Amino acid sequence: MDLGLFYLLAVLSLASAVGVVGQRNPTYSAFALIVTLCSLSGIYGLMGSPFIAALQIVVYAGAIMVLFLFVLMLLNVKREAAGEGPGRVLRGVAVALASLFAVQVGVVLAGLNVRRGPAPGFDASTRRMAETLFSLPFLYVFEATSILILAALVGAVVLAKKEP
Amino acid sequence: MTTLQFELCAAVVKILVIFNVLLGLFSAMTWAERRLLAFMQFRLGPNRTGPMGILQPVADGIKLFFKEEAFPEGANKWLFALAPVVSIVTAFTAIAVVPYGPPVQVFGREVSLQVAHLDVGLLFVFAITALGVYGIVLAGWAANNKYSLIGGLRSSAQMFSYELSLGLSWVGIIMLTGSFQIADIVNRQAGSLLNWNAFLQLPAFLVYSVAAAAEVSRTPFDLSEAESELVAGFHTEYSSMKFALLQMAEYVNMITVAVLTTNLFLGGWHPGIPGLPAGGLFGIVWLVVKVLAILFVFIWLRGTLPRFRYDQLMHFGWKVLIPLAMANILGTAIYLVAR
Repeated sequence: MDLGLFYLLAVLSLASAVGVVGQRNPTYSAFALIVTLCSLSGIYGLMGSPFIAALQIVVYAGAIMVLFLFVLMLLNVKREAAGEGPGRVLRGVAVALASLFAVQVGVVLAGLNVRRGPAPGFDASTRRMAETLFSLPFLYVFEATSILILAALVGAVVLAKKEP
Repeated sequence: MTTLQFELCAAVVKILVIFNVLLGLFSAMTWAERRLLAFMQFRLGPNRTGPMGILQPVADGIKLFFKEEAFPEGANKWLFALAPVVSIVTAFTAIAVVPYGPPVQVFGREVSLQVAHLDVGLLFVFAITALGVYGIVLAGWAANNKYSLIGGLRSSAQMFSYELSLGLSWVGIIMLTGSFQIADIVNRQAGSLLNWNAFLQLPAFLVYSVAAAAEVSRTPFDLSEAESELVAGFHTEYSSMKFALLQMAEYVNMITVAVLTTNLFLGGWHPGIPGLPAGGLFGIVWLVVKVLAILFVFIWLRGTLPRFRYDQLMHFGWKVLIPLAMANILGTAIYLVAR
């Protein structure tokens, strides 16, 4: 049953990821991205880490995407303006490059001898996560990242408050 | 019967029971709210259908069922129909991990009274409530109506702001208990009334009460459906059963918040006074009494308080509640280290 669920979630996340880039309407893209994030969270749950699964939803689907949608709705972006569009030659080059890339990725993946199906369960319980993050060698990196985010936050406030 | 079969049967029974209890409580709530609000305003409220008007929810349901399904001009049909589904699914999913009684013995096996037992219970509730916003955002955006859109926008900004204080107010409790599981949090509050988190975590309780009322968009935080300025906010264009589903989601969320408040702050199924019977079915009785009291407070607030202004709402959420919740976390941490 786990395998079936994994394939279901994998197909769902890939299909909605294609939807994110394929959509002309930015609001649809945002909704497709929410589906992608939720199915990724389901995959984390299958890997035995409900903590990371819940965090994925809380942080990305629950907070960041709401903010995205808020801005999209506030500006009421209906549709991406259809620009000039690339010429026929450019389009051909793009298709050729994309297929070359797909072949390369295929060759690399085939050579990797990857396991099929979900990865074997790893211990990612809440306690284990906390112990890993708050001990060497990750402690200083983790704290430095926190300070970086705080600095970015303060910077955003300063920029937003600046008198024109 | 093997263990697996037993677990499956228990799960199905629990789902059916909780689903039907929620539906029953939802319809009872709509009636009780209208009657109580009417009494608070020196009116009578619906009193014609059945004794004391108790059959009013049935009449409302039949009316909504036979009403025409209207799609507004220029609306996005798919998303318009999807929005009530998102709302109702998230509303019912959130309560799945919330326990509503102490474990009971059935045919010699122990059954915990919650649909799903999750290691990260509280975090799961938080994640699902975060997703609940999308139902309202979708409803507001897809209807192609300016009132709906502004209602949806206000709602997303409000939920986004108050979710933060809601989550932060839980952190102190999680630190005290050392577990994300709601059952553990309840059991830590066993015994005397003074063990309740409402007393031990008083600042968190205050922050939580305000944030929870904002999270379910009830008065004084019902800016998303402020009828004097936005008609009915995000559900202006909805009719028939889609409207009923949106309403149902709102009330189910309210019930979830009431059960959660009871479990997190008010001792859950523990009576709070040593000596009173607490085991088995008595636990459920205590829980139900507390939940009904909280639901009454929700209605009482609606009958008493005026609506916040939008800028006041944002100011209060970001500059009062969040610092208070942070200070509470810091205080709890100092206490835990110094202990």
